[in-house]
Amino acid sequence: MQQTTNSPDVSPRSLLPTGENRAKLRRWRSIKDKISQYGIAFAGISVVAAFATIFVYLFSEVGPIFSSASIEKQQSFNSVAAKPIFTNLERYGEVGLVIDAEGLMQFFDAKTGAMTQQVKLPIPLDAKITSFAKGEPRSGIIAVGLSNGHALVAKHEYNLSYPNDQRKIVPVVSYPLGETPIALNPTGQPILSLAVQEGSSGTAITAFTADGHLSLNLFEAQTEFLTGETTFVRQDYALPSAPRSVSKMLMDTTLRSLFVADAENKVHYYDLTDPATPRYVEAVTAVAAGKQVTAMEFLVGSVSLILGGSDGSLSQWFLVRDEHNNFHLKHIRDFEQHSGAIQQIIPEYSRKGFMAIDVNSELGIHYGTSARTLLQESLDFKATNVALSPINTEFLVLSDDGKTYRFALDNAHPDVSWKAMWNEVWYEGRAEKDYIWQASSGSDEFEAKMSLVPLALGTLKAALFAMLFATPLAVMSALYTAYFMTPVLRGKVKPTIEIMAALPTVILGFLAGLWLAPFVENYLSAIFAILLLLPFMMLIAAWCWRYAPASWRNRLGLGWEVLLLIPVIVGFIYLCVSLSPAVDNMFFNGSLRQWFTDNGITYDQRNALVVGIAMGFAVIPNIFSIAEDAVFNVPRHLTQGSLALGATPWQTMIGVVLPTASPGIFAAVMVGFGRAVGETMIVLMATGNSPVVNFNLFEGMRTLSANIAVELPETAVGSTHFRVLFLAALVLFVFTFIFNTLAEVIRQRLRQRFSSL
Amino acid sequence: MKAWFRTGTPWIWLNAGAIALCLVMVIGVLGLILVQGAAHFWPADLHTVQAKQSDGSMKRLLAEQVRAEDVGAAVLRDSGVKLESNELVYQRQLLKLGNRDVYGRDFAWFLSHDLSDRQEPLDATVIERREWGNFYGFPVKLLEGDKVVAEGAQLWQELVVRIERSNDIHDEINDIERGEIGVINKALESLRLGKRRMELDGAPAAEIAIFEQEAQQQKAELEASYAVLQQKLEALYEQSRRDNLIVVTAEGKTMTINLSQIVHAFQPNAMSIMQKIGHYFGAIYAFLSEDPREANTEGGIFPAIFGTITMVLLMAIIVTPFGVLAAIYLREYAKQGTVLKIIRISVYNLAGVPSIVYGVFGLGFFVYIMGGSIDQLFYPESLPAPTVGTPGLFWASLTLALLTLPVVIVSTEEGLSRIPSTIRMGSLALGATKSETLWKVVVPLATPAMMTGLILSIARAAGEVAPLMLVGVVKLAPSLPIDGNFPYIHLEQKIMHLGFHVYDVGFQSPNVEASRPLLYATALVLVLLIVLLNAVAIRLRNKLREKYRSESD
Repeated sequence: MQQTTNSPDVSPRSLLPTGENRAKLRRWRSIKDKISQYGIAFAGISVVAAFATIFVYLFSEVGPIFSSASIEKQQSFNSVAAKPIFTNLERYGEVGLVIDAEGLMQFFDAKTGAMTQQVKLPIPLDAKITSFAKGEPRSGIIAVGLSNGHALVAKHEYNLSYPNDQRKIVPVVSYPLGETPIALNPTGQPILSLAVQEGSSGTAITAFTADGHLSLNLFEAQTEFLTGETTFVRQDYALPSAPRSVSKMLMDTTLRSLFVADAENKVHYYDLTDPATPRYVEAVTAVAAGKQVTAMEFLVGSVSLILGGSDGSLSQWFLVRDEHNNFHLKHIRDFEQHSGAIQQIIPEYSRKGFMAIDVNSELGIHYGTSARTLLQESLDFKATNVALSPINTEFLVLSDDGKTYRFALDNAHPDVSWKAMWNEVWYEGRAEKDYIWQASSGSDEFEAKMSLVPLALGTLKAALFAMLFATPLAVMSALYTAYFMTPVLRGKVKPTIEIMAALPTVILGFLAGLWLAPFVENYLSAIFAILLLLPFMMLIAAWCWRYAPASWRNRLGLGWEVLLLIPVIVGFIYLCVSLSPAVDNMFFNGSLRQWFTDNGITYDQRNALVVGIAMGFAVIPNIFSIAEDAVFNVPRHLTQGSLALGATPWQTMIGVVLPTASPGIFAAVMVGFGRAVGETMIVLMATGNSPVVNFNLFEGMRTLSANIAVELPETAVGSTHFRVLFLAALVLFVFTFIFNTLAEVIRQRLRQRFSSL
Repeated sequence: MKAWFRTGTPWIWLNAGAIALCLVMVIGVLGLILVQGAAHFWPADLHTVQAKQSDGSMKRLLAEQVRAEDVGAAVLRDSGVKLESNELVYQRQLLKLGNRDVYGRDFAWFLSHDLSDRQEPLDATVIERREWGNFYGFPVKLLEGDKVVAEGAQLWQELVVRIERSNDIHDEINDIERGEIGVINKALESLRLGKRRMELDGAPAAEIAIFEQEAQQQKAELEASYAVLQQKLEALYEQSRRDNLIVVTAEGKTMTINLSQIVHAFQPNAMSIMQKIGHYFGAIYAFLSEDPREANTEGGIFPAIFGTITMVLLMAIIVTPFGVLAAIYLREYAKQGTVLKIIRISVYNLAGVPSIVYGVFGLGFFVYIMGGSIDQLFYPESLPAPTVGTPGLFWASLTLALLTLPVVIVSTEEGLSRIPSTIRMGSLALGATKSETLWKVVVPLATPAMMTGLILSIARAAGEVAPLMLVGVVKLAPSLPIDGNFPYIHLEQKIMHLGFHVYDVGFQSPNVEASRPLLYATALVLVLLIVLLNAVAIRLRNKLREKYRSESD
């Protein structure tokens, strides 16, 4: 220490600092010590916290998909209409619509209830509204049936504009089939029930009149090319076997199927594919005997029917194709029962969900695909009519005391459930229940199919084949390297394997997809020959080596077998590959791959075999280094004792080394499996990424990790799909974490055992 | 035989076979990449051949032989080839025909016995074009406007000079378009955002009006200088289009190639071996230093190398302090007990968590939550277009830093634990405080271990692709993340990456056969980088182990 004091009166001059300075220095040093301590602690704890954040964050993203819906009453105001027959709410929740029994359409401010605009449907004075129907909710089509046998079709839309950057919503009512009511029934019988739907070819109306006739009226749109004017060609058809009574009719948007609920417990299905010869297909018993169907609506896309019964039951039905290609109306699933008769079913606009309200004013929120009931809550007033916002964020309830209540709705992720993700689900249009992953499509009416089973099985399939390839190779390599190999060679081999571990998986995936997959396809017989016969080749080489000159054998003695075997392996592989076309010609009509296809085995170029080899290659070094470590650290005195007692090296290996090191080897295999499960690039590039559910060696798969890589960049932030992908990541995380932890615990215990031996 | 089996020797051989097979695989994979990747740059000879077409007619082709293979007759028949003879196995050759604009495809398989009359004409020329891939043919004459400038023997010399000229002009155009015009665009954008920002901040209308006025003025100036540049560009374009090369293909079709379309031309058959070697290294240099062309299937990989290195360095800057400090904390300061044991095992295990999980976390937490909040706080003027709330360089580095933290921690801890306690005791006994012992004695001794950890983490990060696909790597980034514009390092920019380049070109590109050599070359660059890093790390670690083994004994 070169520190000197500056005070002149200290003499003789000491080289040591004064007491005061020393104290200062000590203070400074202790401050530095503290800074260092707290700084390091801060960094250390924040790193641990960062890791914990991963876990917490993944959970927080996944959590919402399992939460149920909630509603909250916001405002209430006096309803604009006394006797509403229909109500509706626009997308931004600003404008509501009520149609009353007189045919008066009133648009109102959905926050205050103030009427903004009203339109009187052009109904003749002498006629009264006797029935009401609406088409697909998004189309805004409604129709009223009149007491004079006429019907009027109207369409309501909300025009959106942004003058001065302010949103302005103007409701518009139009009459697609003209403003004058159309005579559906020449005898002028009142229309008791009505269905209307707009399809791609035109508009269809079906009507049930008081004299028990059921008719179909098609209005085919024809647009004049020059003037742009649309005219309608009308065609009338009578439908056979009309039920005695009709409570509700619905027609799908393809205008091919008509569903009629009678006043009892039956739903009748008509096939209108050829309207000239309408077919009455069947009547199904929709609710228990003695009960009635009290409500019936389509879910979006008009494929699924939701039926509500007077006993409060709710069930989903749709047409299923049987083996003769005929459609039948099938019961798909039930929802949680309400306490009273279902009064109204309100389908969502863009998802397969719906709300239901019963006569006891119990409100239920249900979802089709996932069969979930997200909410069942009793309202404290008597509800008559409900309007749901198209984006499912709010809804209006009209009560019988002339009030309108506005509710906020939180129902973000009804479309998946734990059960639906891991069990077979009957999706719309499918012949039976199935595991399907198909999370997105261009269409709004698409039913997202998010079963994790194909992905989880794909992951296991890939990992399994990889482990089948890697485990024997890696473990045997480890045994040999740790126990038999000469140290010189070992010093070269271990870094080589470590380089193997460091090879980027994208390189392996690229080679697997672009080089190995075509190679395997062309030389399939060679691949099988190598996999099956190579061990025998090695044994034959070993046998032959016994007859090699003694001088050779002494020079390349124990521990150098590897060098001898490398040319044998290379030679044998070369032989197999060059003989492969000839073998194919002799036994498999020229191509083993074609032979497989001819014998009914699907063969994809990028398949599990390719993945198994490529991912096995990636996993080998992981297993190898841990297993080698375990074997190498078996205490020497054990093996030496065994050898001293006369056991051969191999007996020592089997009898002493292997049992002692087996937990370590097991841990190595677990770590390898964990790696294989989470590997992304290889499976992404070396499989076709089709989510199939099978264990065929010659077909591809889609794994959880590859699925995340493919779909996450494309999906909307915060959507259910997004969160399900996060769930997939969480599953991977937890799975590999548990596997690695178990392996680590086993290894630590093994280490303790070694040190005590 | 039975006795032999009883000795167990065969089983030992079988085990030896397993490791031999592993070695064969590793060396095979490395060799495959090396050979395929390095061979791409060699100027292969061009052959003219008479090729029998499927309709029996003969056609003269100029092509480069890519590879040959044996196929069974059945496979050929299945793929629709009509076979005349009855052999069981045929040899077929893949020829690179080039001239994609003429033939519609640039690679074709031919049965070997359908090819005849092979020749190697000296004036066969490879012309690398900016579009449509390579042209294989024979130059006839060089035109400047309508005037013939060179023909016959002088043609080649003149062509080389003029290609150089047009390339110079091309570079100049590039500089203006990317550099100066880019600067102007940026300035215009910042004027627009400046106004929006003032509006959002609720600045008084008068101030905004003043700003608006100034902005108008600046805008006018910028637009004026833009117009000047535009004129200059047009003049340059005009100049670059001056010369035309008349060429003829092997089957005799005459074509005109504008010199502005030519990147490079050479006559492989006329080259001496030294020239070929020169060309070989020139091609490697071009590959490493040029931008990609034609949807990444041609040209170089410079942006990918640059992006990878920038990202990895940034990651190293983030991961080193945190990794080292965390390791020191766990080893030296934290209370050793069950809790710490659990934490330590957890941290170690995080190295085994699939990388895609980190990508998912990075995308959700870093990009959307952190980036989104930063956008709302600091860049509200450009919303809803995200500024940093979108995948980019910084998020990619941060994600990879998190991914490689366990590697650094494990390695540093191992280094710390290997330092004999006697050294520590000695320091403390001499009166040093704990931090002095740590920073002046223990840490310097453990530096090689930290370096090992760091290098391993860099090697791992350089090879990771899966998480990067989510957090900031794109197939084609418009510009490099470091350039001459303030603030020089653009952390929010999307980058290109070698590994992703391999994935993208190999699996998303329409012309896999054409990009295959390039893919191998890219893979080779990546593998070399990683093998090098790992070799250094392994060396360092082994040295360290030896050192402390002797000291603690």
